[in-house]
Amino acid sequence: MKKDTARTLWNDGTKTVVASLLSILMGVIFGGVLLFVVALCLKMPLSSAWEGFRIVLGGVFNTGRNYDAGSALTFGINARLIGDMLFRATPLIMTGLSVALAYKTGLFNIGAPGQYLMGTAMSIIVALAIDTSVVPAFLVWILAFLAAIAAGALWGCIPGLFKAYLNVNEVITSIMTNWIAANLVTLLFDGSRFINNVDFGKTGYTLKTATNGVATAKLGLDFGGGNANAGFLIAIVFAAAAYIVINKTTFGYELRACGSNKNAARYAGMNEKRNIVLSMAIAGGLSAAGAALYFLQGDVEFYWHTSMALPATGFNGIPVALLASCSPIGCIFSGMFMAYLTISGSQLSTFTAYNEYIANIIIAVIVYLSAFTLFFKGLMSAKKKTITVKSEDAKSKAGEEMKRK
Amino acid sequence: MTFLLQQTVIYTVPLILVALAGVFAERSGIINLALEGIMIIGAFVGAWFVRIMQEGGWNEDAAQGLLLLALVVTAAAGALFSLLLSFSAVKMKADQTIGGTALNLLAPAIVLFLVNIVFQQNTLNLRYDAPSWFMLFQTDFGFERKAKLGLVGDLLLNKTYLTTYIGLLIYVVLAVILYKTRFGLRLRACGEHPQAADSVGINVYRMRYLGTSISGALAGMGGFIYALTTSNGAANGDVAGFGFLALAVMIFGNWKPLNIAIVGFLFGLLKCISACSGTLDINGDGVYLLAQIGVSTYVYNMLPYVITLVVLAFTSKKSRAPKAEGIPYDKGQR
Repeated sequence: MKKDTARTLWNDGTKTVVASLLSILMGVIFGGVLLFVVALCLKMPLSSAWEGFRIVLGGVFNTGRNYDAGSALTFGINARLIGDMLFRATPLIMTGLSVALAYKTGLFNIGAPGQYLMGTAMSIIVALAIDTSVVPAFLVWILAFLAAIAAGALWGCIPGLFKAYLNVNEVITSIMTNWIAANLVTLLFDGSRFINNVDFGKTGYTLKTATNGVATAKLGLDFGGGNANAGFLIAIVFAAAAYIVINKTTFGYELRACGSNKNAARYAGMNEKRNIVLSMAIAGGLSAAGAALYFLQGDVEFYWHTSMALPATGFNGIPVALLASCSPIGCIFSGMFMAYLTISGSQLSTFTAYNEYIANIIIAVIVYLSAFTLFFKGLMSAKKKTITVKSEDAKSKAGEEMKRK
Repeated sequence: MTFLLQQTVIYTVPLILVALAGVFAERSGIINLALEGIMIIGAFVGAWFVRIMQEGGWNEDAAQGLLLLALVVTAAAGALFSLLLSFSAVKMKADQTIGGTALNLLAPAIVLFLVNIVFQQNTLNLRYDAPSWFMLFQTDFGFERKAKLGLVGDLLLNKTYLTTYIGLLIYVVLAVILYKTRFGLRLRACGEHPQAADSVGINVYRMRYLGTSISGALAGMGGFIYALTTSNGAANGDVAGFGFLALAVMIFGNWKPLNIAIVGFLFGLLKCISACSGTLDINGDGVYLLAQIGVSTYVYNMLPYVITLVVLAFTSKKSRAPKAEGIPYDKGQR
């Protein structure tokens, strides 16, 4: 009996992974086909589309062009790009965790962009506002990180409270809080002393936190001049912690119970309202922590005119979580994959006539297809089911015949 | 005052059209979060179409005809794009929120990819200035240039766009269809109780496809109208959250056309104030009242969402959201 459950679990897990891989495969193929179609329509050489497709696949293993050999593309280990991938993956893993955790409680956290923005604003403001000649820089870093988490948790709370106590769909309230955050952040920075007025060529950016001496420790991860730092390790720690909390603690069990059946959870004596609010607050904190890990790197600027657009990193938490089927550990890999695609995109615009938006198209197609996961899984198990049903039928028929005799 | 109202109407028309788009989808049982994405596609297709026609030598005297054609084209584009959503929601029974989010990610990506590769820049502009081609002045209606028309006359006949009339006409016609015809009743039934609708012989799947397609057509048209009248017809893969604002209008308006029109006007006013609070002279007496109050434009921008949240908090018990929205219809389930 035990062996049977283990096998079905393994089967289900495999099916999920295969379904995700199938979405990725189809997304990438769609991107490739699009490149060729565009090349045909605009009368560009087909070889350029082929090069573009290879860059999309090659991603961080692209080492540029060899201009001595007919400017052919070369591939190999590119330490800088790998570092950049880890750095870009950091916030994606965190927003992915945020969406995944809320999903476990049956909530769709489309509010990740707003929470991410609040985290961004708080981390930058705290990191720049506290004078590092008075307070040690590492302490400022920690304060900024915690402030960001608090802001994100607060922002996540709002949809949670609406859902728990007023039964308003969290998607609707999340959309509202997203756009409130978008305008609030612009309002916060508008005219403040955190804006970069030093480099006059650049308007609309905040100061880098490194100007105040606040930067995440590199821990030797900045190989090849890439941007990776300890933030990536922190993200992995968060993922591991989320895995333990969700799967190994009573609290995690309660969250999952509320997700699978709210009424049953209440009937079993769980405080489902509290759990919903807590789940959204934690999700908000995770998104905001991702933002802090990204912007406290020290050397990145934040474009603070956010009133017109929400950060893509927030929305991309959704594909990260969906590709990982909401498994925290899976989020590490899907986050890295998303970062890989983003790097592919920027390489594409550097080396070919195509541009980075192909990566966004592929991601969007993957999100679209990942909604079909159930369908794919059904497709995979359809054949097997009929067989088992038939064999059971045969068994019962045999049993009936036995009885008759 | 006239200027303020003129501007408000310009913002209101696409806003209520797109909100009505949301109503048609949700009343049929499909949550259409992709309004923003569909608007982006509509704005892009419309701009490209008008540009091609202008470059192909379309006569400026027949500009209004071009506008009409563009509306048809953008409606078709929006409906086509929304098929992606209805296919995933109806045929594949997938999560509609995820489907809508995917389209919202897909639309700007496709638009920016194509605009960048075809035009080598981030924005697709019309060949000629949009107001100079499409804006209607009182002289176009046979009045003297200096004739005084009064507030209403100015509002209706001066510095306006054909799309305003068409938009309002479509809005009224569709609202009547939704409430006063057999088709409208059937559509609403599918969003309230699809099993009951099915039991009396209504094809729920077809109704949901239809509702979403009408929704897509309206949103596509709304996106083009928005881009044409507020940003000179430029398409850059972004409508600045206007689709989500429309969603807020729909929710605040409680899924009812008349309420939506009122809320749409209110939010349009706020949007207009935020767009030009620094330079707005309400009474025409040289006093920039709003600029003197000194409230940041971002506050006006934020207000619609805050108001909607507050309204949701107080009216959640009385919400008239379609009962079956977001739930895939399964024939076997009773």
